[in-house]
Amino acid sequence: MTKEDIIKPENLVYQKPELLNDNPMHYCPGCSHGVVHKLIAEIVEEMGLTDRTIAVSPVGCAVFAYNYVDIDWQEAAHGRAPAVATALKRLWPDRLVFTYQGDGDLACIGTCETIHALNRREHFTIIFINNAIYGMTGGQMAPTTLLGMKTSTCPYGRDVDLHGYPLNITEIAAHLEGTAYVTRQAVHTVAAINRAKKALRKAFEYSMHGIGSNLVEIVSTCSAGWKMSPQSANKWMEEHMFPYYKLGDLKDTGKETEQ
Amino acid sequence: MAKTIGAIVVDTERCKGCNLCAVACPQGVIELSKKRVNHKGYTYAGAVNEDACTGCASCAIVCPDGCITVYRTKQ
Repeated sequence: MTKEDIIKPENLVYQKPELLNDNPMHYCPGCSHGVVHKLIAEIVEEMGLTDRTIAVSPVGCAVFAYNYVDIDWQEAAHGRAPAVATALKRLWPDRLVFTYQGDGDLACIGTCETIHALNRREHFTIIFINNAIYGMTGGQMAPTTLLGMKTSTCPYGRDVDLHGYPLNITEIAAHLEGTAYVTRQAVHTVAAINRAKKALRKAFEYSMHGIGSNLVEIVSTCSAGWKMSPQSANKWMEEHMFPYYKLGDLKDTGKETEQ
Repeated sequence: MAKTIGAIVVDTERCKGCNLCAVACPQGVIELSKKRVNHKGYTYAGAVNEDACTGCASCAIVCPDGCITVYRTKQ
């Protein structure tokens, strides 16, 4: 059987989701953002909420996310995405609302908005892309930068005495009473991507059913900021990020109510 | 038992040559182009060992830019 015989519409098993449009993404080669965009597009399509989804884009690498996924987007000031999402969800309770934020946006300038929105039990999902570095501005140290990790503003590695400890927002969120589903996932392998997709879908369903606020952290790579190839960045993430940012569900109140 | 065979189509102009698809492919089907580049100057992914493809879609799932379309059928 030749390649032409196989490439027929009836044999199609996987293609780029329709909601992810043809605009070429500005992200660096191998960036985790692309995979998460794809997952969001797939899930919104599967849930049939194409016309009823409003996302809030952050300041950071994902600032142009509205160019790539064909749903409604609102751009927020730096770190203020959860505040904007609060207004959107309260005005349109029947819409699926989520924010898409990086670690500089969510864990640094927007810590206050994030924690209060989660604790207020706002019915939206926060997608937190944690790559432990400020990617867009040139690889500076972020609150989530690991101890000993070298960045352009801590070239000798992050030092406890000088810079303090990495901030683990997801652990904090799990202790808040307003949160329904708090999880940490990654998108470096096929299995991890499938788990991340299930987690995102669950978070979106919880936000639509008004169970509580949801936080999905995606531990990501920043091959350009870490100055590695995409492949070695994935390996570095497995070896260094996962021991500190452990993958898995930290809290799932929906599961507890079912039981 | 019928053998499952697959084929991939890569949108080479969209590809950024990150090589993650080649790493994810369990059959070693994909390689980056050696000399050719797309209009952005990236070497791009392509199937070099086409007969080994089973259409598992691992490459397409990990592709951050959604460049790969996968087809699968039984022989």
